[in-house]
Amino acid sequence: MLIRPKEGILDPQGKAVERALPALGFEGIEHVHVGRMVELEAESPEQLGELCEKLLANTLIEDYEIQTL
Amino acid sequence: MIWGVLQFPGSCDERDALHACEVHGDGARLLWHESRDLDGVDGVVVPGGFSYGDYLRAGAIARFSPAMEAVAEAAAGGMPVLGICNGFQVLCEAGLLPGALLRNVELRFRCHQVELIEEGTGERLSIPAKHGEGRYYAPDALLDEMETNGQIAYRYAEGHNSNGSVRDIAGVTNERGNVLGLMPHPEHAVDPLTGSTDGLRVFERMSGVAA
Repeated sequence: MLIRPKEGILDPQGKAVERALPALGFEGIEHVHVGRMVELEAESPEQLGELCEKLLANTLIEDYEIQTL
Repeated sequence: MIWGVLQFPGSCDERDALHACEVHGDGARLLWHESRDLDGVDGVVVPGGFSYGDYLRAGAIARFSPAMEAVAEAAAGGMPVLGICNGFQVLCEAGLLPGALLRNVELRFRCHQVELIEEGTGERLSIPAKHGEGRYYAPDALLDEMETNGQIAYRYAEGHNSNGSVRDIAGVTNERGNVLGLMPHPEHAVDPLTGSTDGLRVFERMSGVAA
C-alpha cells in the first residue's frame, strides 16, 4: 500500500527534501511528496481497501493505492 | 464534577491533567486504556503525549483502545470530553471531532507559551503549547460548516500560529459542543507558580457543558 499526502495539502516534508536537492547537484526535480509504504501478506486482498480506509490512511488528508505482487 | 483522565502507553501529560482536574473539579482518577469501565466519572480528559508511540499517525492506534470505545459511547450520550494535544489527535482520528492534525509547517517541534482567543467571548488565554504535529487541517467546505455551527472553539492570536493551522484554529468542538479538542495545554496553566491560570477556563467551559 502506498499512502501519500492528498494533492493540494501542504507537504512540508516533501518541500524540505525538494529544497535540499539543488545543493546536491540534482536539478529539475519538482513536486516532491513524502508518503509511506506498508508491506503485508494477505490471504484475501479484497479486504485491503477497507483496511486502508479504517486504519492505514486518514482519507481526509491522505490518498492510498494498493498494489498486489 | 468527577473527572477521569485516560492513560495510554506513551501518555506523558496525564499527571498534570489529573492535577488540573483536581484543582478544578471535585476529584479525578486515572482510567487505564485497556478498560471499558469509565468508573462513573462525569467527564473525560484524553491527555497529551505519544500514545502507542504515535505509530502510523499520531492518535491512530489509541482510538481502537477499549477505553476510547467507552469514551465514544459516553460522548454520544453528551458527556464532556476534553482532548489535549495528542488527545485532540486521538479524538480527530476517532471521528469524534472533525479535521486532522498535520506536521507543523516548519517541521519543528515547538514549545512555547501561546495566546489563544476564545471564539464568541473574545477572551484571551495564555497557555503553553508543545507539539510537532499541531497543524490543524480540514477542507474549506467543512471549515465553513464548522464556522456556521460555532464549532471553532479557540484560535491562535495574531502572531501565535506557529504550526500553520488553517484559519488560525487551535481548538474545535463537535456539533453538540460536548467534545472539545485543542493543541495547547490548559492542564499546564492552572497554578500561578507556572505563570498563568488561564487553563482553568477551559476546564470550566467543559463543566458548563456537563450542566
